[in-house]
Amino acid sequence: MTRTSFADAGTSAETEASPATAPTSFGRARSRAVARQIVRKAGSALVVLWGAATVAFFAQLALPGDRATVILNIRAGQAQLRTPAELAPIRAAFGLERPLIVQYLDYLRGLITGDFGNSYQQFRPVTAIIGEQLGATIALSLTAILFAWLLMVVWVTLTAGRGPRLTAFGSLTDVVVAGLPAYWLGILLLLVFALGLRWFPVLGGSGPEGLVLPALTLAIPLAGFMSQSTRAEFERALEQPFVLTARMRGMGDWGVRISHVLRHAALPAITLSGWALGATISGAVIVESIFSRPGIGSVLVAAVNAQDLPVVTGIVTLVAVFYVVVNLLVDVVHTLVDPRLVQS
Amino acid sequence: MTALEAPGQTLNAAALLARRPWGLYVAVGFAVLLLVAAVAPHLLTSRDPSALDYPAALQAPSLTHWFGTDESGRDLYTRVVFGAAISLPIGLGAAVVGIVLALLLGSTAALAPRFIGAAVDRLLEVMFAFPALLLALLLITVSGPSAISEVFAVGLGTAPGYARMVRGQIKAAKGAAYVEAATALGHSRSRIVRVHILPNALRPLVAVFALSIGQSIVWASSLSFLGLGVAPPSPEWGALLDAGRSYITVTPWLLVIPGLVVVAVSIAATTIGRHLQSRLERGDRA
Amino acid sequence: MSTATVTEPPHLQPATDDVRLRVRGLRAAFSAAGGRREVVSGVSFDLLAGQCVAIVGESGSGKSVTARSLVGLVGRGGEVHAETLELYGRDTRRFRARDWRRLRGRHIGFVLQDALVSLDPLRPVRVEIGEALRVHGWGDRASRSRRVIELLTRVGVPLPHTRARQRPGQLSGGLRQRALIASAIALDPGIVIADEPTTALDVTVQAQVLAELESMKQRGASILLISHDLSVVAQLADHILVMQQGRVLEQGPAAVVLGSPSHDYTRALIAAVPGEHTRGRPLSPGSAPRQTERRAARGTDPVLEAAGLVKRFTGPDGSVTTAVRDVSFTLAPGETLGIVGESGSGKSTTARLVLGLERLDAGTVRLLGEPWSALPERRRRALRPRITVVYQDPLSSFDPRWTVERILLDALPREDRTSASTRRARLLELLALVDLDPELLGRFPLRLSGGQRQRVSIARALAPRPSVVVLDEAVSALDVTIQAQILDLLARLQHTTGVSYLFISHDLGVISHVSDRILVMKDGAVVEQGTPRTIFGSPQHPYTQQLIASIPEFDPASLTGAPLENPDPLPRPIDADADGRAVSSIRPRPATEVLS
Repeated sequence: MTRTSFADAGTSAETEASPATAPTSFGRARSRAVARQIVRKAGSALVVLWGAATVAFFAQLALPGDRATVILNIRAGQAQLRTPAELAPIRAAFGLERPLIVQYLDYLRGLITGDFGNSYQQFRPVTAIIGEQLGATIALSLTAILFAWLLMVVWVTLTAGRGPRLTAFGSLTDVVVAGLPAYWLGILLLLVFALGLRWFPVLGGSGPEGLVLPALTLAIPLAGFMSQSTRAEFERALEQPFVLTARMRGMGDWGVRISHVLRHAALPAITLSGWALGATISGAVIVESIFSRPGIGSVLVAAVNAQDLPVVTGIVTLVAVFYVVVNLLVDVVHTLVDPRLVQS
Repeated sequence: MTALEAPGQTLNAAALLARRPWGLYVAVGFAVLLLVAAVAPHLLTSRDPSALDYPAALQAPSLTHWFGTDESGRDLYTRVVFGAAISLPIGLGAAVVGIVLALLLGSTAALAPRFIGAAVDRLLEVMFAFPALLLALLLITVSGPSAISEVFAVGLGTAPGYARMVRGQIKAAKGAAYVEAATALGHSRSRIVRVHILPNALRPLVAVFALSIGQSIVWASSLSFLGLGVAPPSPEWGALLDAGRSYITVTPWLLVIPGLVVVAVSIAATTIGRHLQSRLERGDRA
Repeated sequence: MSTATVTEPPHLQPATDDVRLRVRGLRAAFSAAGGRREVVSGVSFDLLAGQCVAIVGESGSGKSVTARSLVGLVGRGGEVHAETLELYGRDTRRFRARDWRRLRGRHIGFVLQDALVSLDPLRPVRVEIGEALRVHGWGDRASRSRRVIELLTRVGVPLPHTRARQRPGQLSGGLRQRALIASAIALDPGIVIADEPTTALDVTVQAQVLAELESMKQRGASILLISHDLSVVAQLADHILVMQQGRVLEQGPAAVVLGSPSHDYTRALIAAVPGEHTRGRPLSPGSAPRQTERRAARGTDPVLEAAGLVKRFTGPDGSVTTAVRDVSFTLAPGETLGIVGESGSGKSTTARLVLGLERLDAGTVRLLGEPWSALPERRRRALRPRITVVYQDPLSSFDPRWTVERILLDALPREDRTSASTRRARLLELLALVDLDPELLGRFPLRLSGGQRQRVSIARALAPRPSVVVLDEAVSALDVTIQAQILDLLARLQHTTGVSYLFISHDLGVISHVSDRILVMKDGAVVEQGTPRTIFGSPQHPYTQQLIASIPEFDPASLTGAPLENPDPLPRPIDADADGRAVSSIRPRPATEVLS
């Protein structure tokens, strides 16, 4: 009775039924499907990376004026016309005299070998500049994502599907919290917990206690954002017949929520994780500025101010690489949590 | 159907509908106040936002200076009111840029012939790999910090997410049973796109637009806060925050209050957007 | 009627020692800020050891809420009151959450509809079954996993070790429903509540599940069966309650309720069940009797010819499934051709191929003697009004922004659109055709009942004055009395307009009721075709034979011998102990035969 005529097209039911009759051939079909999926995902990941690199390269050309002059002016910190004699070494150093297509291919080749080019301002490889600061930002991002998951899981499990009032309150909180600007939240946390209560250091602090407030600043809006989709899925799952079946077996409300519903509800948030990493890294730009933490955020702000494009595009490309890699991991985690995906 | 009757659900929904949307009234009231501030700030304050008064510098909020004063003795309340005329147009402009870009990209990805659609799909995927703020920063690096580049930077930054949504909406509508029913009746594809697919797919965007105004104001103020947007002497809200940063230990209200205004704008926009959303979901059917 | 108000009918007084569940005056209401609504108003019955009590009703009858209130799970905002609510002699009205939890699973097992949604789709079935043991602290890990295998073996799952490791989605419909039953009887509860246990299952799977329930009953379990389907109930029930809008209209021994019902609603419910015996008769009391004599076909040329249809789908893993293989048929003017098959048989794909909504991989479709499938879509558009479709779910087939008026206007052919008055006249005519009030024109479909929506859908299909209407599971989602009205309407419309129907359904009863000829499909191919008489009387293909054997036979006329249109007003005393065959014509098949 619940069948829909549209979906009835035979395909779903048949592919579903066949493994029941032949488990061995199913195993083979399954591994073939997995292999196919991996190839397809990796292919599209490569396309995304190539696209990101291309955008980054052409952004470097977008500065108005002669590139060598621009570079020299950025380095000198003042804008003026330069003589060919002054420009020649810059042209040679950055290979600007070569045709554009050669520069482009060279740039791509560089990226593959981990060479992001040289900073306009500092005469140093971008990789070195980013490398010095990357650790702190990654630590911050990962801590923030961990906090966000903890906050989100606890909050949603406590408030989802608990009657209209609590549900409305819960989802309103999600939305409000998700919209909090990082700078404001960071300042508030700083004022209350560092300056007021003195629980955490005010400035930086390389130890783990210095990581708590910055990570929370990033985690709270992220938790609100993830809660929105998790809550919707949580409430949908709570209405599913299998939840009723579990209750009818004598399972309590908490048991059902934690061992059945949460797994279903976590799926959309898992999908968001790749995006979340990017969001926390870009949020780190603001948070590092508020808490005076070292990290690629401060490097980035300085580079944007100085129009030091290789550094900016280097960071942007790196984040795109992270995004792609994390998304591949997310796919793996997703199939672990929801094994049905391999089939369909 | 027969197997799963859930009368409790329908009653709860009805009860929620019956409740008066006080939150909405407050949000709309606040939005009106902001519009007044942006269009006719003198109705809300009698002071000059850039009048210096050094003896009255860094005063705490009081009856004379509701939000306190800054390091040059300028009245923060007046500056916040005048800031609306800068911050709101930036937010609105960025939201328009973002939505228009999203519409172009999203509908091309979903409706264009297969290979073009696939190419735009890839482009969206690439854009989505750049977090919004980084995409905005990339643009600002090239164009230099200014209000205009802020508008385009924030619009460009938020566009990929909305474009994905537009694409998803249109694809869902394309697969809807009523589209097949219209095909079976012999209607042409262009008519079906015009009459069924676009209206149904794009309706939710009205709500999304309201939400994105709030979001854009938050992003734009973040850029100014980093010193990469409108610069401090301006009363733009992010710039107020940037200016107040040096005094965080002395006069925290210089940061907290303009930030609170941005938060309030974002919540108001969200409230209005969500209300529109649920109205549209129920539609004129209810 | 007379029995509706009786709270303690005489037959509800058995020896107390084998009463497992005693219910008197059960009421359930849901309250919210919007008000309070009673959905169960005074249900009373006893469930004895080894007995099956069935609650029959349509949607909104309160039957599921009744079942849930017996285990304290009515849901949010629900309140339950009862004069008596006793399980094994214990008063459950003062139970706290913990008491209920201890009871559920251990003393009462619960089987819901299709296990695809009733078992956690992310977990292997052994975890699901093991959970029933674990939450009650039964045994240790090793003994639990032995018990799971034992349970799967008991419910007739072959290769239990392999199956236990699979997820519900990887099992066939019959196997996963048995796994669900295994999880419900893990601790050998004395009572099993089965709430629509066969809904959404294919008829052959349904037969297996019913046989399993029957064998549970044989082993001494008491079963409370909740169903909308009288033919399912007739198979198992010893005692039947008929519910409508929260009230028990009638109850008694199965033979009495089904054989000589005393309430009009029960009679309507029984009469509404379509089948071969109802051919040419109206199913719903309000409908005018249909001409038993078929109109002579107008002309001999078929309106629709399908020859050698083939459709293949490529799966995401690159494997190719043939959804439709070499299907051919013709449809004569004014004829109804039924296509019957289980899920995955390719019947709906066939419908979509015929409608030109899916590209053919081989074969041709000709419409009104002209090429149809061979045309490019642009040329086909002009012919589309000649063949229209009614879907299973009308609501999703309407643009949610449109009113009934706009929906119907959209379907009007050009000749009916010449002026506002002709448009209006045609709309009213269409509404009259499907017995809808003109007032509904301004309504949105969401605000209509299921039956009204399907009527609008039919009106839309008829608006272009088609020669062929494809009915794709068009009555499958409707309650049986509504289904009866729609089937009567379709019969009348065919008679007045001479339209041909291509009637797709999984329901053999419906197909045998409506069809002039029947195609039986399995795995994309037509395994047998013929008239209802030959298909149901002497099926040739083994699959058809299996299919026919799986139908829970329900021919009320054979229960009493009296025609249902004039049932005996007085309840006829029938021996409740008589075996099922005499009173409800259950095919006596040993469980093992069905399960093999």
